[in-house]
Amino acid sequence: MIALEQVTVHAGAFVLRDLSLVVPAGSHTALMGRTGAGKTTLLEAVCGLRPVSAGRIVVGSRDVTRESPAARGVGLVPQDGALFQHLTVREHLAFSLVVRHWDRDRAGARVDELAAWLRLGPLLDRRPAGLSGGEVQRVALGRALAFHPDVLCLDEPLSALDDDTRDEVCDVLADIRRRTGITVLHVTHNRREADRLADRILRLHDGRIESNGD
Amino acid sequence: MNQDPSHRPPVATRGSDRWFLACLALLGGTYVLLLAATVAADVLYTTPGHLWRALQSPEIRHAIRLSLVSCSLTTLLSLWVAVPIGYLMTRIRFPGQALLDALLDIPIVLPPLVIGLSLLILFQAPPLRALERVFPVTYAVPSIILAQFMVACAFAVRTLRATFEQISPRHEQVALTLGCTRAQAFWLVVLPSARKGVLTAATLAWARALGEFGPILVFSGATRMKTEVLPTTVYLELSVGNLEAAVAVSLLMVAAAVAVLLVLRGQGLSNAFGRPL
Repeated sequence: MIALEQVTVHAGAFVLRDLSLVVPAGSHTALMGRTGAGKTTLLEAVCGLRPVSAGRIVVGSRDVTRESPAARGVGLVPQDGALFQHLTVREHLAFSLVVRHWDRDRAGARVDELAAWLRLGPLLDRRPAGLSGGEVQRVALGRALAFHPDVLCLDEPLSALDDDTRDEVCDVLADIRRRTGITVLHVTHNRREADRLADRILRLHDGRIESNGD
Repeated sequence: MNQDPSHRPPVATRGSDRWFLACLALLGGTYVLLLAATVAADVLYTTPGHLWRALQSPEIRHAIRLSLVSCSLTTLLSLWVAVPIGYLMTRIRFPGQALLDALLDIPIVLPPLVIGLSLLILFQAPPLRALERVFPVTYAVPSIILAQFMVACAFAVRTLRATFEQISPRHEQVALTLGCTRAQAFWLVVLPSARKGVLTAATLAWARALGEFGPILVFSGATRMKTEVLPTTVYLELSVGNLEAAVAVSLLMVAAAVAVLLVLRGQGLSNAFGRPL
């Protein structure tokens, strides 16, 4: 579950004030809204990348408002994937596990599991340069999922993909949710994508959350 | 009316394009010609015998050794300082940043002699004079490294600032969500992503240090077998009228400069092909 309770976030001159929303546990919630409405700012606040000046943020059953991004247990998939150019696909999948000092066998088993889910097996020893857009997003998804986060934040991960690749990554996202039951907060502009993946659609409009129906 | 030919832009002919490009080439070519001519003049003036005799001279060998050692130490010191400065200046916003930015450029715009003079005056301050009684700096080898460092580090800072600006903060933010502390995100993500920029900064710092003369002359003196680096050798040989040795040493420095340029170009090529170094 993700819950924002009367949260105020500043992003330069832009402010989101007294914002509240709940993403129920296990739900895939799409957050839509115009460009500049503050969707990414809100996502950054959930991830701990932007401090909140008022209110509280709950992830799972914990109040994470003052916790560091590392301690929140939130997986983030940014718009462009933001892959690390010096690491192979395998190293991306293992990154959070190495940071957490998982032993080699356990980390290896988790990497193999993710590679099978995300169909990354043949790419494991490749570096990001030369990967297709869909492959980049699958790697970014695997990297975010590796440490068993409580929730997954997707920041328009399909916006730069062509229609066929978007369908392919949509299938992967639906499959991941079926396997893990993870709570997803998905920022998107694309209504079709939201209809296909989300069981709840919210709109961020004039600094307020509006529900588009469950 | 639309068919009136006067509405159409004049059609560029291949001939006019050629003239335009030829004019640009002529203007740029004069500078290229001057550069090539100066290198050629040095090469034609000297002979293998001059070079050999220069390399046999104990003073020049000492200057080569001192130049290589001091430039390498200066490069390490410059990176040690420029990496944190470059990173902080691109990632943190703080009051007085514009002023600090201008301060960091001072060694680039200041006349080299003034840098040497400023260092000399600084080391007249009582605390530093006390230090010099234990650890001599002025007119000793450490002064060479300090004089080179003052200028070379400014170039390393500029290069690394540009490098860190090109690395999206999003990468670091993702690393934080994956469990990294800020320090881990820096070591595991930012610094490896900046490796080409670090190498470029190191190469530039080394090359700048090798060519540094003004601050060294003022702050370190020009004592043979003591504070003599390669530019000092050129100056000393010229001052006693030994043009052959001066040109031979100059050619060594030209060779070093070409080697540095090749390293930089190599990086550019690997960048273009998207391959890691």
